[in-house]
Amino acid sequence: MDHFDWVIISKGGRSTVSGYLNGSCVEVTHENAEENFMKSTLSAWRKIAVCNLLINRTGLSQVRRVILVLSGKGGVGKSTITTELALAFLHAGKKVGILDVDLCGPSIPRMLRVCRPDVHQCDSGWVPVYADAQQNLALMSIGFLLEHPDEAVVWRGPKKTALIGQFVSDVAWGELDILLVDTPPGTSDEHLAVLENLRKHRVDGAVLVTTPQAVSTGDVRREITFCKKLGVRILGLIENMSGFVCPHCSECSNIFSKGGGEELAKLTGSEFLGSVPLDPQLTQSLEEGTDFLQAFPESATFSSINTIANTLLSRIQDD
Amino acid sequence: MADVPNNAPQHCPGTTSDQAGQTSACQGCPNQNICASGATKAPDPAIEEIKVKLATVKHKILVLSGKGGVGKSTFSAHLAHALASDETKEVALLDVDICGPSIPKMMGLEGEQVHQSGSGWSPVYVEDNLAVMSIGFLLSSPDDAVIWRGPKKNGMIKQFLRDVDWGELDFLIVDTPPGTSDEHLSIVQYLGEARIDGAVIITTPQEVSLQDVRKEIGFCQKVKLPIIGVVENMSGFVCPKCKNTSQIFPPTTGGAERMCEELNLPLLGKVPLDPRIGRSCDEGKSFLSEVPDSPAAIAYGNIVQRIKDYCASHVSISGDNSD
Repeated sequence: MDHFDWVIISKGGRSTVSGYLNGSCVEVTHENAEENFMKSTLSAWRKIAVCNLLINRTGLSQVRRVILVLSGKGGVGKSTITTELALAFLHAGKKVGILDVDLCGPSIPRMLRVCRPDVHQCDSGWVPVYADAQQNLALMSIGFLLEHPDEAVVWRGPKKTALIGQFVSDVAWGELDILLVDTPPGTSDEHLAVLENLRKHRVDGAVLVTTPQAVSTGDVRREITFCKKLGVRILGLIENMSGFVCPHCSECSNIFSKGGGEELAKLTGSEFLGSVPLDPQLTQSLEEGTDFLQAFPESATFSSINTIANTLLSRIQDD
Repeated sequence: MADVPNNAPQHCPGTTSDQAGQTSACQGCPNQNICASGATKAPDPAIEEIKVKLATVKHKILVLSGKGGVGKSTFSAHLAHALASDETKEVALLDVDICGPSIPKMMGLEGEQVHQSGSGWSPVYVEDNLAVMSIGFLLSSPDDAVIWRGPKKNGMIKQFLRDVDWGELDFLIVDTPPGTSDEHLSIVQYLGEARIDGAVIITTPQEVSLQDVRKEIGFCQKVKLPIIGVVENMSGFVCPKCKNTSQIFPPTTGGAERMCEELNLPLLGKVPLDPRIGRSCDEGKSFLSEVPDSPAAIAYGNIVQRIKDYCASHVSISGDNSD
């Protein structure tokens, strides 16, 4: 088996994962698949056990709410907002999951400091990785499946669609109050694939993230059209990187202008959830993977994130 | 196995594999004859057409980044403006970000439409020697979303390269979307025969951005695309009131400088954050001519000069080869 790149140990039936893997594959069908998987001496990255995926597809059945985090524009802080919202929900006593479907640039693992875990499979699918000891914050990212963190995932659309399909339905989330789905920028393959697959279960709505300048709100307008066309409810708009308060003289500079998000919300009739200022402390915590909300509870950024999280919670609980 | 169609039978070897049309899995597949004839393995005829079409373009530069929102379009727009400030040079800017085209707005061309002429689509001109092409010119309203999957985006990029009447050009700058996916593969593939001078990689100083940019560099190496150098954007912010510098996006792992040292790449320069850059982009003006003596404009000037030098040395090398 050593001369194959991947060894798939499946328990009866033919699995479909081989189509998503780069390199040569061999598939071994065995009744004691899990046992074989545990015993096998191959490196963890070279083997995948597929156990009755079709029978125990319980992945999303105990997930109560699903929220997408979207933006037409890149680098506006989708992953940052996803991470901070998840932490805010966590502090509010919820069980939270994050699904990172950004195949070409997964950032969430670094932001939560869960960099190179082994991902296992159980009877009901991939087991997510927990970012806290109490197992209340679950995370699944394509980043976990990469052998080398600097390796580029150079895939065309159909392959991404196939992997996302597998990803979305085959994570064993268990019981979750809220699942946040972090997406790459744009309105293309990943978004359509995620929606198609989550729809089978439920999608409660989308949170749109923008920065204030017109170049960014222009792209987010397109994302709003995307949501309307596909019938996704827009829970609201968040303006990120809104103003920077100089730590030396407390002068507020609007580096990327100001108010664009609120204007866009008015223009398109969506709810404006609030704005999050540019805060070097926040960027710093994300770089280090520390919990910003615990580290800086007095900051203005903290209160705005908390307000947004609470508004969102009450909105999705009304249903 | 990127070339396996969605509706292919199980164990399809892929349309471009050596066994296409010949394995047992191909039995009964409606496309077996096409695959077996070898038509699917031949390179796309468009690649040759594009080579002929772009033979009159001296330099082709890609602007890339694995991360979104780091300033690819801002940089592309200003590179185009700076190169076009020499009136003897013909410059064109192509925006292949199909789902989020920002170039029309930044160049002050919102609402412009593309015209059809006998020799193809005419690009939109900002100045006599600066042409722009973007999918934004094909949309009827700023609300229009382009909800396309990969293959359709590839078709659009092919059209931009083959069917646009670029004319004689000194520089063609290609602005790309974030990531390493369809658009990037397509542009590199379609321009493969026509030769690309190299790629300029844009990043911001923090590690969350650098980790994506390293992937983009890996992509360039995989597809054998030369890298002109790296630009660090949003590098520090000088408060307009107290003149103190703040690191809004802190370079916790040494920023682009360390990365360039590690990967042995030239760092072309660092551009500081300046609210006036964003404002100029929103208004569709060139920051370089609005505030020419600002530190950011000077940084841009130096970077552009280094890119020009690179291209100048590049042309002499390729000229020698062809002799």
